[in-house]
Amino acid sequence: MSTTQYLFSGFGGQGVLFSGKLLAYKGLTEGKQLSWLPSYGPEMRGGTASCGVILSDEAVGSPIVTHPDVLIAMNLPSLDRYEDAVVPGGWIFADSSLIERKVKRADVKTVYIPATRLASEHNMPKLANIILMGKIFKELNEFNEESIQATLKKIISARHADMLETNYQALKIGADFE
Amino acid sequence: MAVVFQKPKALADIPMHYCPGCTHGIIHRLVAEVIDELGIEGKTIGIAPVGCSVMAYNYFTCDMIEAAHGRAPAIATGVKRSDPENHIVFTYQGDGDLASIGMAETVHAAARNENITVIFVNNAIYGMTGGQMAPTSLPGQITQTSPYGRDPKLCGYPIRVCEMLSQLEGPEYLERVTVNSVANIRKAKKAIKKAFQNQIDGKGFSLVEVVSSCPTNWGMTPQAALKWIDDNMIPYYPLGVYKDRTAEQEAAK
Amino acid sequence: MAEKVLMKGNEAIAEAAILAGCRHYFGYPITPQTEIAAYMAKKMPKIGGTFLQAESEIAAINMVYGVSSTGKRVMTSSSSPGISLKSEGLSYLAGADLPALVVNVQRGGPGLGGIQPSQSDYFQATRGAGHGDFRMIVLAPASVQEMAELTVKGFELADEYRMTSLILADGTMGQMMEPVSLDITVKPQPEKPWAVTGTKCARFHNSINSLSLVPEELEKFNSDRYERYAKVEANEAMAEEYMVDDAEVVIAAFGIAARVSKNAVNEARKQGIKAGLIRPITLWPFPKEVFADAAKHAKAFISVELSMGQMIEDVRLSTRCRVPVTLCNRAGGMIPSPEQVLAAIKQANGGEA
Repeated sequence: MSTTQYLFSGFGGQGVLFSGKLLAYKGLTEGKQLSWLPSYGPEMRGGTASCGVILSDEAVGSPIVTHPDVLIAMNLPSLDRYEDAVVPGGWIFADSSLIERKVKRADVKTVYIPATRLASEHNMPKLANIILMGKIFKELNEFNEESIQATLKKIISARHADMLETNYQALKIGADFE
Repeated sequence: MAVVFQKPKALADIPMHYCPGCTHGIIHRLVAEVIDELGIEGKTIGIAPVGCSVMAYNYFTCDMIEAAHGRAPAIATGVKRSDPENHIVFTYQGDGDLASIGMAETVHAAARNENITVIFVNNAIYGMTGGQMAPTSLPGQITQTSPYGRDPKLCGYPIRVCEMLSQLEGPEYLERVTVNSVANIRKAKKAIKKAFQNQIDGKGFSLVEVVSSCPTNWGMTPQAALKWIDDNMIPYYPLGVYKDRTAEQEAAK
Repeated sequence: MAEKVLMKGNEAIAEAAILAGCRHYFGYPITPQTEIAAYMAKKMPKIGGTFLQAESEIAAINMVYGVSSTGKRVMTSSSSPGISLKSEGLSYLAGADLPALVVNVQRGGPGLGGIQPSQSDYFQATRGAGHGDFRMIVLAPASVQEMAELTVKGFELADEYRMTSLILADGTMGQMMEPVSLDITVKPQPEKPWAVTGTKCARFHNSINSLSLVPEELEKFNSDRYERYAKVEANEAMAEEYMVDDAEVVIAAFGIAARVSKNAVNEARKQGIKAGLIRPITLWPFPKEVFADAAKHAKAFISVELSMGQMIEDVRLSTRCRVPVTLCNRAGGMIPSPEQVLAAIKQANGGEA
């Protein structure tokens, strides 16, 4: 059995809930069991927003992610708050254009990517979260071309079809970043 | 032999529980006559309040609902919207029901121009519970809960519902009438009929306020109560049309 | 089977209600259930239905009363403080024997409380949702799939027994997304000869009413209603049993608490402790028999709740206090962790907490 718990965290407006949805839809496309649980309430308006996603081969028990296998920190408060919660041997992905410090722990795999800077360089300022997702899929060996295309089709409504290619490009930028 | 007067078909043939001299019986009859004349009994659903007319659901032959105190306009909204083409909906409410506990429901149904008919019986007192102060009790009026007379400094002023609702953009038609004389009863019937006809025509929220008496709790004879309406109620609650959108639009043409 | 879609629990309720034939929704905004209203506001006009934002929860439940009086499927939804406001209407619905579906996506209380998930309206739902002798069928979903399925079931039971079905969910159930199949069979709606739809001058008038001033009559109405409730108790209690057959420590938990507890049971089993879980799906009627049976072999029960301990009373009653029942809880919007529940299991099993 394989279960992976993801925790996305950042400022409201950075698209962390959407990142989680992208991952959840990818799981759905691949026939996995899953849950997606957001933080909700006033904190969504400017404070820290977060969501937990669990992907599993069997029924998901508690949907609450307290000890993530993978932490996606899109700002410093998120890294400060959740760094210690990551399971030993887990992953921390950090947007290094917004987080100046390094991860303190030595027992986790760490990936830094200046997602926000890359987004503005490529003139896609709202897609830093998607660039980050590209990197995550790549590092976790989850960059499956077919299911990514199917996922984007599901999550981006027909009336924004032009966004589909842009989002795919953003994923590629993340995946290709060394 | 020519029939000059008979019980309306929409009024059930059972004894009413109202006190001697109470005007509810007259107002019930007017509503029933209008239902008969418009031929809408089979599609009418009436909503009774909590108050003296709580048992109105027994007195009309159309389908009836008994509401929680003050909630008749909200229930009427549900009934009307469940089948707007085929339901004619009226509420029958007293002053405590409509203007105190149910004020929010009244104001918002009016603001939405909900296509219903509201018969509002204002007798300035809570009758069913034995004569307490109502939102429409007059300054100085003695009731069980204002034994020294209603003191506006202590409990505010009575609410003029038609005037208040007339400030809203929503309602179609607001008129205040009374039933203390034959002439006034005829005018009241005309207003009630218009309030139902408006609904049939899809015009929206129509409320007729009927200034009424309560000899039992006012502590006077029925005749004295009818005179008290003229002497005390009408000066505070002037009769007349407070809003008639259709007439206003015609006049503007 | 239809393709699964990802939906929030709140949206699943709304979509399932439409599937069940509900075309009238009335509500008032309150976190964390507002997605239901938002979904209905978008969908209802497109399918010839009614969405109306009422001026208050009180007005909303009375609009429900109005539509239900005419025999049509209708619903409202709210969260804890809003349900308190609806309680007057819930009592009147019961008194008039009207079917309705009401959803409570619970948040922490009392008073204005918070907006985080809670289960502290258990007493209100199962015992005290208004004045007078009455019951509601209380359904407690533990997944988005169940949010949808129990919504359909709720409408069906409400119509069958002429009473309110209450979906007792919580903030996590409302807000989380899971894959859900909406391939749900809906039974045909029953005839409602009691409804007020206009007499067409062809029958004696119907009255929807809860007033009865003759005590002998009112007693009879109540007795008849309780005969119906007895049928509900005999036929409709539902629970999920997870590893209960040989369990020595049995957890009682519903909704999100059951999801957390399942993790703890799995971990306990790995560590050699015979733990199990009874998850009531109906909170009223409470699945008493399941608990009574488990009490024959279990040595301890733990009630896991997002409250100060409410369902624990029903667990004690159902197990007839044969074995100790302890409480493992968080309140005020907090959720017990699987570790906390595991510690409680170990303690109940006689080991160190």
